[in-house]
Amino acid sequence: MQLDNESRGMFWRSVLSAVRAALRAMLIPLLAVFTAMLTGGVVIALAGGNPIAAYVGLFQGAFGSARALSETAVWSTPYIFAGLAVSLTFRGGLFNIGAEGQLAFGAVAAAWVGYALPEVLGLSLPPIVHLPLAIGAGIVVGAIWAAIPGALKAYTGGHEVINTIMMNYISLNLVSYLLNGPMKDPDPLNVIARTPLIDENARIPPIVEPLRIHWGFPLAFLIACLVWWLLWRTTLGFEIRTVGTNIEAARYAGIRVKRILVLTMALSGALAGLAGAIEVTGLNYRHELGFSIGYGFDAIAIALLGKTHPLGVVLAALLFGAMRNGATRMQFLTQIPVDIISVIQGLILLFVAADRIVRYLYRIRVAEERVVLTRGWGG
Amino acid sequence: MTDEIVLQAKGITKRFPGVLANDRVDFDLCKGEIHALLGENGAGKTTLMNILYGLYRPDAGEIWVNGRQVTLHSPRDSIRLGIGMVHQHFMLVPVFTVTENIMLGAETLHREMGGMPVTGWQRWWQTIQLDVLDRQGVAKKIAELSHQYGLDVDPDAMVGDLPVGIQQRVEIVKALYRQANILILDEPTAVLTPQEAEELFRIMNQLRERGVSIIFITHKLKEVMAVADRITVMRAGRVVGTVTPQATDEAQLASMMVGRNVILTVEKKPTQAGEEVLRVEGLRIRDARGLEAVRGVSFSIRAGEILGIAGVQGNGQTELVEALTGLRLPHAGRILIAGRELEDLSPRAILEAGTAHIPEDRQRHGLVLPYAVADNLVLCTYYQPPFGVRSVLQPKAIDSYAGRLIQDFDIRTPSAYVAASKLSGGNQQKVVVARELSRPIRLLIANQPTRGLDVGSIEYIHREIVAMRDQGIAVLLVSAELDEIMALADRIAVMYRGQIVAEVDAQSARREQIGLWMAGVHD
Repeated sequence: MQLDNESRGMFWRSVLSAVRAALRAMLIPLLAVFTAMLTGGVVIALAGGNPIAAYVGLFQGAFGSARALSETAVWSTPYIFAGLAVSLTFRGGLFNIGAEGQLAFGAVAAAWVGYALPEVLGLSLPPIVHLPLAIGAGIVVGAIWAAIPGALKAYTGGHEVINTIMMNYISLNLVSYLLNGPMKDPDPLNVIARTPLIDENARIPPIVEPLRIHWGFPLAFLIACLVWWLLWRTTLGFEIRTVGTNIEAARYAGIRVKRILVLTMALSGALAGLAGAIEVTGLNYRHELGFSIGYGFDAIAIALLGKTHPLGVVLAALLFGAMRNGATRMQFLTQIPVDIISVIQGLILLFVAADRIVRYLYRIRVAEERVVLTRGWGG
Repeated sequence: MTDEIVLQAKGITKRFPGVLANDRVDFDLCKGEIHALLGENGAGKTTLMNILYGLYRPDAGEIWVNGRQVTLHSPRDSIRLGIGMVHQHFMLVPVFTVTENIMLGAETLHREMGGMPVTGWQRWWQTIQLDVLDRQGVAKKIAELSHQYGLDVDPDAMVGDLPVGIQQRVEIVKALYRQANILILDEPTAVLTPQEAEELFRIMNQLRERGVSIIFITHKLKEVMAVADRITVMRAGRVVGTVTPQATDEAQLASMMVGRNVILTVEKKPTQAGEEVLRVEGLRIRDARGLEAVRGVSFSIRAGEILGIAGVQGNGQTELVEALTGLRLPHAGRILIAGRELEDLSPRAILEAGTAHIPEDRQRHGLVLPYAVADNLVLCTYYQPPFGVRSVLQPKAIDSYAGRLIQDFDIRTPSAYVAASKLSGGNQQKVVVARELSRPIRLLIANQPTRGLDVGSIEYIHREIVAMRDQGIAVLLVSAELDEIMALADRIAVMYRGQIVAEVDAQSARREQIGLWMAGVHD
């Protein structure tokens, strides 16, 4: 009995320490956001605006009405998926800068399945088949596209940062060609590089009409939970994290490191592709050139702000979504250009990446830090 | 040795988060003496030395050099006061000559020493100034120094081509060139052959005769007894006492270090070797640079016997162990486990064939430092039931297993959820040993299993290895510590330049003879 109590006490202590660790992990990002908003306020004031009015406008635009909330959710949805994509690679010791390209390919694939597959097959598909097929196509294409730099890294040593950047150019130009050429909306009145509308059966229904918020938003939360479960509750997740934390120890433990590197990139690409597919099937009902510009890059900032933890990524994505969404109202009310939001987001990233600044400003000591200047062979 | 005190630390206290690394430490060094600093890992020796060398600032206490109280802001200050340090890892550039290495960073220093203290801006300016390097002048000075102290260093030799023992001398010359009269040697014998160590002691004696004062950090009791004038023992951040070699013996020193009586010799019964477990035939292995590091090695180990591979570090032992554990692919030769040739030489295949591996570098290979102790304990078996069932981890099974191992192997940790990085070196090694020995195994490959550990942990790990042997497990023990090999092995093979140059029965082995084989001398 006594032992039982002891182990229960140990369990609660571990829960408590986990909560404390979570709070500690959130401290720096929260202070980084706060500091960035403060600095952004100074920039607004220097530009001749009223920072308080601007932030009030931003807040109203993001949360002020049902429509505002819906739009914040709409903005946040791809951010969550793409943020998860990038953070997964960080956990695996990789850096996927190619989420942008994987996302665009996923969108194109989903759009093609959405508008062309029934014609190709010569039959109409029911929603229960058509929608999953469209989303699945986005996932698969994104995964394959990301697995290429993963394989290059694993088997040739080619650095994934360089290769994913390069593949962004390839994919963005290829998509541009497809949307201007073979996949272009044949409507004679159309001059825009975009696909035809996808079939009704391949669309994700909105949650409450006439708001644009769709079921992709709750799906994003579900996927975030799934990513957490994958990373911390499966053997594959153990392997991914081990490779990401100590690749030598992973090899020693018999983990097939090369396979894991490829798989991590593929999973990341799948999530990025999913982001694109959800945008097409849930929101735009087609793929249009330029709709997604920046999601994949903002995702890097979101992953870092969220400390590459799925929960943190969701929170960071909601913040970025709210800011992007609220910016329009802010501009309408105060004539401060929406671009100030990019400045603030840049500052957030700066303060998160260079957390020394934040720690210095708020006098936060790092408990874990142990200075080791000379180390023996035994360490 | 005179009674003139050149360096004194009074009441030094240094606190790191959660650790009191130095607790009111008093230490003094007389002119022309060798003062050994002895202690377990984590006893605070290195912290104290880093404080005396200006790398850390103490929280409390005073430092006196040559009768004056000083404040050390950086190694620059301590160098100016004549304190030189030879680190465990040499700070040398392999593609530079001895002269160039010694000049490195000393040119600007030279100008400072003549005149006024240099301010920050001047220092910046000096850094960007281009000086004409006075190679010949420095080379002459080095030749003088090396002659004067009997160091025998060629100023024009490329450092990368020199044996480790000579590289160490270059570090000593470097300190002397910077006019050091107080030398701190941090575990200097760990990379040396017994013969090279003897040579180092001769040099240390010569330096002492010329009035240089030496702080000699080590954990090897024999060496302390042989060269030190005085011995200060530290334990858990405090000074336990200062003794002279004449007034003490090894057993007393060991118990001072550990805080209890320690059995220095390993008790073991004669071997009862069974059938052959590991056979290696004509193994050839290339190292990371593509050079052949192992050149045709053959041996076999039977169940219930320990084969010790002696040799100076860097003679192919690392590559041999890597090949035997699947981390490096040999380009020729065969490896047979229990009479069966392994076709798949991947780490996992070898692991599952019943091989345990205590790696040379526990922090690089053996542990994932940020992981919890529990996760490290299942690092090699996480995918097998009961820890991983159909690709899903079972935290409960992992936790209870970890709890059991922590108890069985006496791992000192606050809980199973603490990161391995927070543990002391000895306990980290216990995590590795616990994990590897708790699996069903028939072969144990231990590479430097006690490197950098304190006496207590060494004793513990030695006992575990012998216990494994007595249970009928074949053990391959690789160690650069000849004493360790002599104490544990049933048979001893000596590796030199990628080959096994000699193999003897441990009982008939003579220490001196093995030392000569390790140095490549054949009769």
